[in-house]
Amino acid sequence: MDADVRSVLSAHGRLPIDVDTLSADADLYRAGLTSHASVNVMLALEDTFDVEFPDSMLRKSTFESITAITAALTQLGAATPSRV
Amino acid sequence: MSVISEEQGTQAIQPIVAAAQRIGVEVAAPAAEDVDARSRFPQEAIDAMRDAGLLRALIPVELGGLGCTLKEVASAVTELGRHCSSAAMVYAMHQIQVACLVRHARSPQLLDFIRDVADRGLLLASATTEVGIGGDVRSSTCAVLGQNGQFELTKQAPVISYGQYADAVLATARRDPESPPNDQVLVVCRRENLQLEEKSSWDALGFRGTCSLGFILRATGPRTDIVDDPYGDISSQTMLPVSHILWSSLWLGIATAASDKARKFVQAAARKTPGTVPPNALRLAELTNVLSQLHHVVIGTRTRYAEVADDPDQTTSIGFAVSMNALKVSASTLVVDIVQRALLICGMAGYANHSPFTLGRLLRDAYGAQLMVNNDRINANNAQLLLVARES
Repeated sequence: MDADVRSVLSAHGRLPIDVDTLSADADLYRAGLTSHASVNVMLALEDTFDVEFPDSMLRKSTFESITAITAALTQLGAATPSRV
Repeated sequence: MSVISEEQGTQAIQPIVAAAQRIGVEVAAPAAEDVDARSRFPQEAIDAMRDAGLLRALIPVELGGLGCTLKEVASAVTELGRHCSSAAMVYAMHQIQVACLVRHARSPQLLDFIRDVADRGLLLASATTEVGIGGDVRSSTCAVLGQNGQFELTKQAPVISYGQYADAVLATARRDPESPPNDQVLVVCRRENLQLEEKSSWDALGFRGTCSLGFILRATGPRTDIVDDPYGDISSQTMLPVSHILWSSLWLGIATAASDKARKFVQAAARKTPGTVPPNALRLAELTNVLSQLHHVVIGTRTRYAEVADDPDQTTSIGFAVSMNALKVSASTLVVDIVQRALLICGMAGYANHSPFTLGRLLRDAYGAQLMVNNDRINANNAQLLLVARES
């Protein structure tokens, strides 16, 4: 799941650095994730993992690190990315 | 702790709002025309606010302030806004900076500074916009430099309202030269460490007394003057909601002033024709409906913020951001509608520059509301947030 989250982040996070150089716990906002980009990341994660983030998860802390994103996805029951 | 909670400081409600009312009537209103005509700083109104303790209203009692709630300060802003939009805007902007410091500064040096703001009645200004960032205040080009515990900062600020009259300017900058544009901090630039080089003048349609010139800001100081929390948190939890709440409270004051003139005009006509309702009384009824809408959106959003202000999970949520943005857009649109309705009611007496019913200054000030943080930008933000919003 970590790798899939990273690929979503590199496609949609618009981070000024290579996502693979970030540790799983690195603060994504400090790394350059803007609130605009985080919306696109959210949409892409929903699409990739075929989940929908509930309102209670639509907050900054859910997307603050790769670990936090993975934990949220796990909580939503996302296991394998849906492939078309 | 909160400057925002509704429970705290209820005893101070009457004194601070009453003081704002008195200053509005006795000091701000008599000077408003001259402030507007000369595009000058409303010095006498700000001095009167300082003397009455209004500048320290939001500071907790233990730091030397009055411990007022945001709701009380917002009511004071509305009162001032009925008499001089510029003086009320300077006051509102000062309080936004105070709110940020009170909620996000923890270093002993900054706590001492807050005590100083309270004791000496210091006036705080803000430098969040920057040349070349296209109006996106969550992005900075300039960065904090310096070493050995000292900072150096140079910022091209297209506008710092009343910068030359402020005792300190709170400026955003990237955390360090390697930081991405959105990793920002808020730096307290004290007057003794600050140079402001004027780059533009201020001769605008409305809010002429805010003296919103452009400057190159050059500041130095100890790194302990950098506010502890990241600016992203300060922005979403405090600066953005408090700004929109205090600005909209001010627009409510402008709208109320316009409505008062319209009502008096209609009532004067009614006195001349006892027994018949003047034709423009219907327009007054319509105006009052819109004023009521504005009143409810301002008070309702204020209450919502007071309920969640100390819960970062709530204040960083998408639904919260959408509703604070909606307040700004709605209130800034309604205020123009209301003043325009008042103008139609008062007719030539409202159009004339020198008449008891003149509405020119209120109309010009009202139009500024949609431009300061442009509504298009805010709607664009909401458009994107709504792509993922779940519940309103």
